[in-house]
Amino acid sequence: MPQSSPPPSSPTLSFTLNGKPVRLRQESPTTTLLHYLNQSGSTGTKEGCGDGDCGACTVVIVGEGADGQPQYQAVNSCLIPLGSLAGREVITVEGVANGALHPVQAAMVETGGSQCGYCTPGFIMSLFAAYYDGVVDDASVEGNLCRCTGYLPIRRAAQQVTGVQPCDAFASQLSQSSPRLEPWSLIQAEQSFFRPGDVRSLLNLMAGHPTATLIAGGTDLGLELSHKRRLYPVMISLEAVAELQGISQTPDAVTIGAAVPLSQIEQTLTGVFPSLDTMLYWFAARQVRNRATMGGNLGTASPIGDLPPVLLSLDATLTLVSQPDPEEALHERTLPVADFFTGYRETVLQPGEVIRHVTLPHTLSAGAVRRLSQSYKVGKRGTDDISIVAAAFTVDLDGEDRVVQARLGYGGVAATPARAIAVEDALIGQPWSGETVRSLKPMLHDAFTPLSDLRGSASYRRRLVANLFEKFFQESQS
Amino acid sequence: MSAVGTRKSHESAEGHVTGRAVYTDEQRQPAGMLSLWPVMAPHAHARIIRIDPSPAYEIEGLVTVLTTDDIPGENDTGTIVWDEALFPTEFVKFWGMPVVWTVGETEDAARIAASKVIVEYEPLEPILSIQAAIAQDSFLGFPVTVERGDAQAALADAPHTLEGELEMKGQDHFYLETHTSWVVPDREGNYQVYASTQHPTETQVVIARLLGVPSNRVVVTCLRMGGGFGGKETQANPYAAVAAIAAYKTGRPVRVKLKRDHDMITSGKRHGFLGQYRIGYTDEGLITAVDMDLCSDGGWSVDLSPPVLLRAVLHADNAYYVPHMTVRGRIAKTNKVSNTAFRGFGGPQGMLVIEDAVDRVARALRLPPELVRERNFYRGDGETNTTHYGQEVVDNRLARIWSEAIASANFAERQGAIAQFNEAHPHRKRALAITPVKFGISFNKKVYNQAGALVLIYADGSIQLNHGGTEMGQGLHTKMLQVAAHTLGVRGDRVRIMPTSTDKVPNTSATAASSGSDLNGQAVKDACSTLLTRLAPVAAKLLELDGPEEIDFIDDWAICRTYPSRRVRFEAVAQQAYDDRVPLSATGFYRTPNIYWDYETNRGRPFYYFAYGAAVSEVEVDGFTGCFKLRQVDIVHDVGESLNPLVDRGQIEGGFVQGMGWLTMEDLVWDEQGRLRTVAPSTYKIPTIGEIPEQFEVHLLERAAQEGVIYGSKAVGEPPLMLAMSVREAIRGAIAAFGQASAVPLASPATPEAILDAIEGVQAATSAAETRQPVLFD
Ligand SMILES: Cc1cc2nc3c(=O)[nH]c(=O)nc-3n(C[C@H](O)[C@H](O)[C@H](O)COP(=O)(O)OP(=O)(O)OC[C@H]3O[C@@H](n4cnc5c(N)ncnc54)[C@H](O)[C@@H]3O)c2cc1C
Ligand code: FES
Ligand code: FES
Repeated sequence: MPQSSPPPSSPTLSFTLNGKPVRLRQESPTTTLLHYLNQSGSTGTKEGCGDGDCGACTVVIVGEGADGQPQYQAVNSCLIPLGSLAGREVITVEGVANGALHPVQAAMVETGGSQCGYCTPGFIMSLFAAYYDGVVDDASVEGNLCRCTGYLPIRRAAQQVTGVQPCDAFASQLSQSSPRLEPWSLIQAEQSFFRPGDVRSLLNLMAGHPTATLIAGGTDLGLELSHKRRLYPVMISLEAVAELQGISQTPDAVTIGAAVPLSQIEQTLTGVFPSLDTMLYWFAARQVRNRATMGGNLGTASPIGDLPPVLLSLDATLTLVSQPDPEEALHERTLPVADFFTGYRETVLQPGEVIRHVTLPHTLSAGAVRRLSQSYKVGKRGTDDISIVAAAFTVDLDGEDRVVQARLGYGGVAATPARAIAVEDALIGQPWSGETVRSLKPMLHDAFTPLSDLRGSASYRRRLVANLFEKFFQESQS
Repeated sequence: MSAVGTRKSHESAEGHVTGRAVYTDEQRQPAGMLSLWPVMAPHAHARIIRIDPSPAYEIEGLVTVLTTDDIPGENDTGTIVWDEALFPTEFVKFWGMPVVWTVGETEDAARIAASKVIVEYEPLEPILSIQAAIAQDSFLGFPVTVERGDAQAALADAPHTLEGELEMKGQDHFYLETHTSWVVPDREGNYQVYASTQHPTETQVVIARLLGVPSNRVVVTCLRMGGGFGGKETQANPYAAVAAIAAYKTGRPVRVKLKRDHDMITSGKRHGFLGQYRIGYTDEGLITAVDMDLCSDGGWSVDLSPPVLLRAVLHADNAYYVPHMTVRGRIAKTNKVSNTAFRGFGGPQGMLVIEDAVDRVARALRLPPELVRERNFYRGDGETNTTHYGQEVVDNRLARIWSEAIASANFAERQGAIAQFNEAHPHRKRALAITPVKFGISFNKKVYNQAGALVLIYADGSIQLNHGGTEMGQGLHTKMLQVAAHTLGVRGDRVRIMPTSTDKVPNTSATAASSGSDLNGQAVKDACSTLLTRLAPVAAKLLELDGPEEIDFIDDWAICRTYPSRRVRFEAVAQQAYDDRVPLSATGFYRTPNIYWDYETNRGRPFYYFAYGAAVSEVEVDGFTGCFKLRQVDIVHDVGESLNPLVDRGQIEGGFVQGMGWLTMEDLVWDEQGRLRTVAPSTYKIPTIGEIPEQFEVHLLERAAQEGVIYGSKAVGEPPLMLAMSVREAIRGAIAAFGQASAVPLASPATPEAILDAIEGVQAATSAAETRQPVLFD
């Protein structure tokens, strides 16, 4: 049995801020970085919402890129607890100008990219991170709101600094950084924060602290920290747990570690699952995707989570791991995503159990010769909005274009993400035609009993459930 | 080199991009500073039975709880009408209304303590819609009617008439910096206030009133704002006032910076409006008469609702000559936040209604909407070029702008391409629309049309510039620096712009109504001119010239006009002036001439001039979801002789996008109990970069100098917002392409759900018409 050791405990919470070491003894590990920065007099980083939605608080951390190399990544400092930063490098707007303005700053000055300037530090940091990736475009700043400029001068600034291969101090510093996170823990009188390095020590910690809260990217939990300033007594970070990391691909399936950030999934799996590509494209914004994980999206069990419909439509399975007895081997169970959700924000996860990975098969069903698969998300705003309805469809067709198998996954229409199983069944054996699809629309319309809320009425949701499927059909024809 | 008219980056741009620009709450905190937190009412309408703050005192770090008893002066922050208790004494009037505030050593302490304060309420029935207010005769202020001719008679005679109704929602300002104030008391009964306010003088007056002290005891300083848009015109006052009361009570400096949800829950927004109209027209689509009712949702108190309403009524013509027109306006009193100024100040709401009506006329006649719009423009001289309130549209640039916009957008050719696209795509439709803007410039309130400046030259030649306007991102300070440098003939970097402060320039007007540059620019120019008349003799003496008329100040030099090699540096002139005991500071002043308004007859010349523009937008609408995509925008806008093309372009682009947000995605939702459900950017969606089309062209109208305005420029803050009506009309056009309906009702904002509803409406009307058709021919 492999040995596992608890993460080494440290008396301080240390990280690097704009190249200078920060060592904190008293500070709560669940204080958000933004709060810490502003309290300690670094007021360049702004709070526009405290929700992860405006990007004014954007800072850059060194993280691991999809290629395993260190990468500057824009993140929302209002969501990230200090504990998640231990051992990391952080750059804020105050650290970007080295005597002269940084090229992204100079570009923003030149194009008139700032008016009131309150959003500007956040934009600078998003542009900064993208600058070192070499691609600076709209997507680089989609998570930054600006109420003044209408974005056009910011787009012009982005165009000025894209496609550069920087060889400046930041680039060389980056190449010397290590993106790997070491196991670490901080035990204070009132609060503890653990970052185990392997799944055994994770499970041990969970056994020792049955009320501990797991945190992956913190993009859901961060709201509790930022707004409610909730003090979690014990928090266990999944970020360094080796077994929850990594994406592996075989001819039959892809396995995604539960703690892999979405931006890594996005880059590594481009082109593998069109519906996953699409949904990740519409999922939140860059800053959030740099942190958010699939495990978190499932673990939070929101009925409007965007990934479950995709996972449902791809017949994905989840692997959960636990350790009922510390002397025994790990216990793993694998179940279809469809069986994971049991009710509104309820899942089959047992105490002491974590999501280890998600497996997405990409084999056609027996008898099928081709697969159609796509996902859709409708919100009041196209970009970076929470879904009114999210949908993902997979239809396998035989040589005569008859439906062999169909999966229709939806979010936002019931207490849990759900499949329209009756319609899936009705499709089997039918020709893939407009007639078939239209004949099933009434059934789809009544497949769920969604609620009305601030995002949309029940009637709109019902119409979307049916219309999105027809849209899928139309698009599959062209 | 001329400082005026050149493309200059924002004067604080380097501060913005480095994070060094200081906003109110980012100053170095004085020792012992306290923080505030509100205790907010959980009912939209209720009687307060009992307030028991005592449990709050159990929280460590709680300093005190503020209630009515702590106010030494008047418990009222109202401006036009005194109807706004800072601390409600008997009733809460909207959901989230702050009832008391806690003062803590830290914000955390204040927050936790606030949750302990006990308030008992007796819930009452709230009024939550304009319709409910009308039904219950619940109004604020007085109704207003503006008319010309006899609309009733003209409607009776009209070849065609139709009726319509449009309800539009309001809009949250969503400035990125929420409301913020600091109040630092000294030990002598004086208060230094730092506030994110568009109207420092009013903040000063309100605080003085609450403290019961004369205005000279209170200095209000605005460093800069992280956005305003009208939301910090009056609405900044109560928060600053609470901090002042706390400072008075504790003797310590106090800060308040609202959390985003508190800001959205408690502060006023753009007014929602209900518009109802009857319109008469000819076969050619010429409007003969309009009879219109506008009712705004004022919320719980008067605030700025009367002038907002008046501006809506005065813009219900937009660009169109209506021979017989009656517009009646009222303000509904509801149990919601007190709605307030927002870029356009009622103008957009009035214009949206007439644009709705004009579209109805076009579709009823099956004429292209752009043709009907153009046919009805103000034109010619005299009556056909005079508004319904009797102001002649002198220097009418509508036709010129319109044809330039049509040409630069390649309108006709693209129409053809769109028709082809629509033919080929049953489930996606595109459309192109062009809409005009005519917007009146000046405060309706005559007294506000004045401004002051104070310019100080130091003996070393460096200069401080003060004026009464505030900087909220619009580039006012940048333009004022340009005006000062240009007038004084000095390099821009010689001039430092000072934070706006009531101890430098007293009795200022709100920085609002797009008037900042017009008013303050003239005042700055006046002060600088005064200084030049004092410096010229000094320079003449230095250059041994006979008289000051020989002197020009250019590019940092005092130059002999007729013999330019004879010259002396500006700083030498300043030093000499000091040595000669010549005063080196001067005030400047300006009042807009020749404007008047008769409140009895509701006629006059309320506007010094009009700003014009036109925008062409192309959209694509998805028939399955109702989602739209803005594909291209082409704007021609009239900024006169631009003081700064970079800043003006920024105002046009930013205003357009803000208007598009209002009309399409920014959807304020209140529930049946009057609770605002959209209190954060997670639920209230303003545009992101993803909504901005790749093709977005802005042309500043050329050869456009405006007579009588600072260096020929024109106000640019508000007018571009209304260019976004072209997006709404393009969406309507695309919806229309899904069928053959003769009317396309569309809710505002045009969210995907509203668009899908409208598409289904069009399809239903079309199939109903198709099934009726055979009967007609039987
Ligand atoms: C601005 C913003 C925009 C967003 N937009 C979207 C969107 O478009 N679509 C969408 O679906 N969501 C969205 N979200 C929600 C959120 O980003 C996602 O749910 C994300 O996937 C959560 O991942 P995380 O790693 O950050 O979760 P965390 O916040 O770290 O955790 C969330 C929950 O899951 C639990 N958990 C995490 N990992 C595991 C595991 N391996 N095993 C068991 N439990 C686990 C945690 O204990 C916690 O209860 C948005 C959030 C923000 C702030
Ligand atoms: S403060 Fe708005 S995203 Fe962090
Ligand atoms: S410049 Fe004001 S919000 Fe962007």
